Amino acid sequence: MNIKSSRRDFLKGSLATGAMLVIGLNSDGVFAAGTADATLNPFVKISGDGNLTVILKHIEMGQGTSTGLTTLVAEELDVEWDKVKTEFAPADVGKYANLMMGMQGTGGSTSIANSYLQYRKAGAAARDVLVRAAASKWGISPSEVTIENGRLKAGNKSAHFGEVIAEAAKLTPPAEPILKKNSDFKLIGNRKIHRKDHISKTNGTAIFALDVKIPGMVYAVILHKPQFGAKLKNFDASEAKSIKGFIDAKALPTNEGVAIYANSTWNALKARDAITADWDLSAAEMRSSDQMFNDASALLDNPTYAVRGDRETVRKANMEAAQKLEVEFRLPFLAHAPMEPQNCVIEPTKTGVIVHDGCQMPTLVQQMVADILGLKTENVLVNTVYAGGSFGRRANPTSDYVTEAAMAFSLLGGKTPVKLVWSREDDIHAGYFRPLAVHKVSVGLDNQGAIVGWDHRIASKSIMKGTFLEAMAVQNGIDNSSTEGCADTGYEIPDMSVGLSDFITPVTALWWRSVGHSVTGIVMEVTMDMAAKAAGEDPVDFRLKLLPGNTPAQKRMANVLKMAADKADWKKPLPAGWGRGIAVHESFGSFVAEVVEISTNGDDIKIERVVCVVDCGLIINPDVVTAQIESGVGYGLGAAMRNQISFTDGVIDQSNFPDYEPLRIADIGKIDVYQVKSDEAPSGIGEPGVPPSGPALINAIADATGKRVTYLPLSENGISFV
Amino acid sequence: MNYKININGTTKEVDVEPGTPLLWVIRDALDLTGTKFGCGVASCGACTVHVDGNPVRSCQTFIEDVGDQDVITIEGVNGKVANEVQKAWQQLDVVQCGYCQSGQIMSAIGLLSETPNPTDQDIDDYMSGNACRCATYQRIRAAIHLASKNLEG
Ligand code: FES
Ligand code: FES
Repeated sequence: MNIKSSRRDFLKGSLATGAMLVIGLNSDGVFAAGTADATLNPFVKISGDGNLTVILKHIEMGQGTSTGLTTLVAEELDVEWDKVKTEFAPADVGKYANLMMGMQGTGGSTSIANSYLQYRKAGAAARDVLVRAAASKWGISPSEVTIENGRLKAGNKSAHFGEVIAEAAKLTPPAEPILKKNSDFKLIGNRKIHRKDHISKTNGTAIFALDVKIPGMVYAVILHKPQFGAKLKNFDASEAKSIKGFIDAKALPTNEGVAIYANSTWNALKARDAITADWDLSAAEMRSSDQMFNDASALLDNPTYAVRGDRETVRKANMEAAQKLEVEFRLPFLAHAPMEPQNCVIEPTKTGVIVHDGCQMPTLVQQMVADILGLKTENVLVNTVYAGGSFGRRANPTSDYVTEAAMAFSLLGGKTPVKLVWSREDDIHAGYFRPLAVHKVSVGLDNQGAIVGWDHRIASKSIMKGTFLEAMAVQNGIDNSSTEGCADTGYEIPDMSVGLSDFITPVTALWWRSVGHSVTGIVMEVTMDMAAKAAGEDPVDFRLKLLPGNTPAQKRMANVLKMAADKADWKKPLPAGWGRGIAVHESFGSFVAEVVEISTNGDDIKIERVVCVVDCGLIINPDVVTAQIESGVGYGLGAAMRNQISFTDGVIDQSNFPDYEPLRIADIGKIDVYQVKSDEAPSGIGEPGVPPSGPALINAIADATGKRVTYLPLSENGISFV
Repeated sequence: MNYKININGTTKEVDVEPGTPLLWVIRDALDLTGTKFGCGVASCGACTVHVDGNPVRSCQTFIEDVGDQDVITIEGVNGKVANEVQKAWQQLDVVQCGYCQSGQIMSAIGLLSETPNPTDQDIDDYMSGNACRCATYQRIRAAIHLASKNLEG
């Protein structure tokens, strides 16, 4: 596949021709059958040669949805796995909405959870019409027709799907097609099937937005504002004129940057280095990190919002407690730093544009681009391609890099295709960080070591306030993403109060893989460990007492915790200089417990092994689940070890991987993942591996060295890793 | 300025300025997009290609220094080691987002060409310049061992 053919395929996809059976939602939201020219936006396409293509309403950014959604359809159709193809859906909220979001988007670890029944139904609807079409062709009853390895069969009769699609397209599937029994699953739960993208991503043919090239395309980079809240006063591009290939430079209408155009990425980057700009800093963030943390901490004397419990009651209980634990946590801003720096291509069409993007929220992007370019939304087409990671970054409420591209495209006259490319430095500086957070926790214990009160105060920048999601996600001023995983903890804590204050800064904040849980997982599980120590109890036993099994969630949380302790030989003594730590956390409906084992040589710490147990309900692709836990563990550990976005006088200290150092292969030993067998509804898997990893490491370091870290990253506490 | 470049077994002519990193020559001028841009400062390995058989970071290799050396990208890599590495990657489903993986594979081929039977430590040392934000490291290690085993057998 080359770029041009992928573009042709996209155009062909929207104006498909040739014999085709499609199964898609009709205007009543029910699966219907039709031909390619029907007004259905399909979920399933079967071509004249009998081949099946599954249309993916969710983006593939590594998390395995292209495999997962395809499995659901293929299971119901009993087709040969290796022959099934995939395609990304166009933007159409009516047809391809995330059923848990009410908009078309991928995030919150919801892809499988919201698609599980929908995609199976699409497959079952296709099966229904194919089987009935074959039955009428052969003059027998549909109950006599079976499907094996993608072929329709009855006695000695056999046909491939393509032979009956014309007939099948005329039939109406039942509104509730009959789904397979779990015991008949061949693909769901099958560890042996391969990822759908395992070949194209090992031979260089997988197409990402950065790989899209349109004839006549120019390359744009942005000279971004040097700090948050800065506005462009003026710029000087005279030096850039001597750079060969430089085309032009224009101020963005937002005054947040200068668009620089050239005939290649490199020439655009070189031109940017030659351009100088003056900025108005009067509304800019000028603080340094220490100051920001101190300001956030000061907000906690008197939290603005009471989120849970009565603080006075808890304080009283703690006052009378036999022992009291007071801990402050400081967690830094974090960049997502997906491997593919943000970029996209805007291509003009007769009536509008095509946005080529590893697009996480297609209908939002469509709306934003339509607004900027003064187009009708239906004239903005979104060609979703593979995304080189995201971890939340691509889905942001202003679609920042796509709107920059649309502005750059418009400034150039709206006739020339424009590819906007961010460098790694742009990515590290562009904001939409996991927000900085300060937590103060005070825990009272009685003389038996039981918790009598837990007062928890949180200061963090709200992710949702001021965005279009505010109405949905903020209640009574409380942004759930600041408190999730804490105020709603599964632990049975007799008296718990949670207060919240919003930390205000122009630095933009966003969901970072596991969102609020990336913070609360650390705070809750490190505090729990400290409380266990104060109580003189084993950390696992101490937690289990707080998980008596009064709710299904408590049972599942206790179960993964016990299993992890068991698989990691929790009570078995370790060699001298070694330590281990445990943590358990529920997020996105899934439960994960992790044990981190480390060794020290007196100076450096080495992560020897991580044992994980995950309960994410019914598992569609066991190997993808394992991979996502491995990935989440690595992502969480790397950040806890040494990542932070810090500021000096309002300017970010980091700029690229050398100072925002990602986890490296040598940093991490073995990761053993165990899965709980479950028939519960499938829940999230892309994110839940993250929250327990950091605290399990911090607890392991305390175990091995006695050093207790609550200000992250670990590297800022004199801790180094080998 | 015009340069001749030996790329994936053929000679091509490109018109780029001196100082242009090989990465951007490959991607923008030669339209070979399997080689990726991740950092531009030799810190991630996404841009790894082979120059005269050795893995190099193409973002820090400049067009004027390439001369008549043979440049091989993920699209052009072949031979026994390359095949086994790609097969092992596929068999173990190493990839996630996949963006780093061309570079990982080009480095792994370099490693196995030098050290047919690497230990975990050899792998960690050799591969430490190839970052993977999806943290597929455990599988990368396993795939290199698998390829090594299959090359022996
Ligand atoms: S792009 Fe060359 S090493 Fe990162
Ligand atoms: S697979 Fe995503 S960065 Fe490596």
